[in-house]
Amino acid sequence: MAEFLAMDGYGAYVWSAYALSAVGLTAIGVWPLARLRALARRLRQAARARPEKRPRPENTEGSP
Amino acid sequence: MAKSRGWLRETFHKSGSPRWFFAGARSWMIALYALGVGFVVVGSIWGLAFVPPDRLQGDSFRIMFVHVPAAWVAQSVYVACAIAGLVFLVWRMKMADMFIVAAAPLGLTVSVLALATGIIWGMPTWGTGWVWDARTVSTLALAFLFFGLVALRQAIPRAERAASAVALLAVVGVVNLPIVKYSVEWFTTLHQLPSVEIGARPTIAPVFLWPLGLNVLGYYCLAAASVTAALRAVILEREADTRWVRKWLALPDADRAG
Repeated sequence: MAEFLAMDGYGAYVWSAYALSAVGLTAIGVWPLARLRALARRLRQAARARPEKRPRPENTEGSP
Repeated sequence: MAKSRGWLRETFHKSGSPRWFFAGARSWMIALYALGVGFVVVGSIWGLAFVPPDRLQGDSFRIMFVHVPAAWVAQSVYVACAIAGLVFLVWRMKMADMFIVAAAPLGLTVSVLALATGIIWGMPTWGTGWVWDARTVSTLALAFLFFGLVALRQAIPRAERAASAVALLAVVGVVNLPIVKYSVEWFTTLHQLPSVEIGARPTIAPVFLWPLGLNVLGYYCLAAASVTAALRAVILEREADTRWVRKWLALPDADRAG
């Protein structure tokens, strides 16, 4: 096991590269999901706070 | 008009509809997350523990399994942004603009990963973490371009003008990509020549191709999943006061489902 971790003397390089990649990938994976959730929660609260606001009419969807 | 062409047109039009994308993309977003995590975990363990060390570089070459996928994904995400920029400039399709909003931070992160793992790999193999040569500088430029796509939008207060400027930058910046790709062949550089290329026989041993392939596949799945999730967030934000979003928000599991 110690031999595996040492990576023939390259351990510090190999493990830091993998650790950094793991952090980066976790960030790109988790961040948009967290943002989506927080946004949905905020919009729901806002909708509950002022339900009298008229929504935009249906036919504007999809067009710029 | 031929039936098949009508179908194609319809799909093109639908893909421009935020509402259609938001609803339809959720299930394959989940599938892409699962596949991505699975491929990267298996590929990384395989690459770290189950392939022999390289004849010349010893165990340091294992960094390749996280460096190469990051570099490829960064370049591919840029191509996607450039195409989206062109689509926005030509057809004013708002989904194309939203795609750039969603993908630029991801591209920045992945290109920084490619640079950082490259620097770490360079220390033992080149004897230096950084050299000012064509490959490293063009990859640094790629990271700056992604940063530019994020920063330019925030620098321009009017949303429409910001979208056009960002789209134009995305299209113009594509000239950097051939430089990234061919820099190791055109110029003298410390960076090694490509080991794997589309349409050519790989110059690395087949045992190394399995973990590399798995990680490349996994990185692409994770990037696609991340862009999809981010795009759904952007859609929700921009369409917040439409009727369909309000209807969706009223669903009991809207927060959880995301």
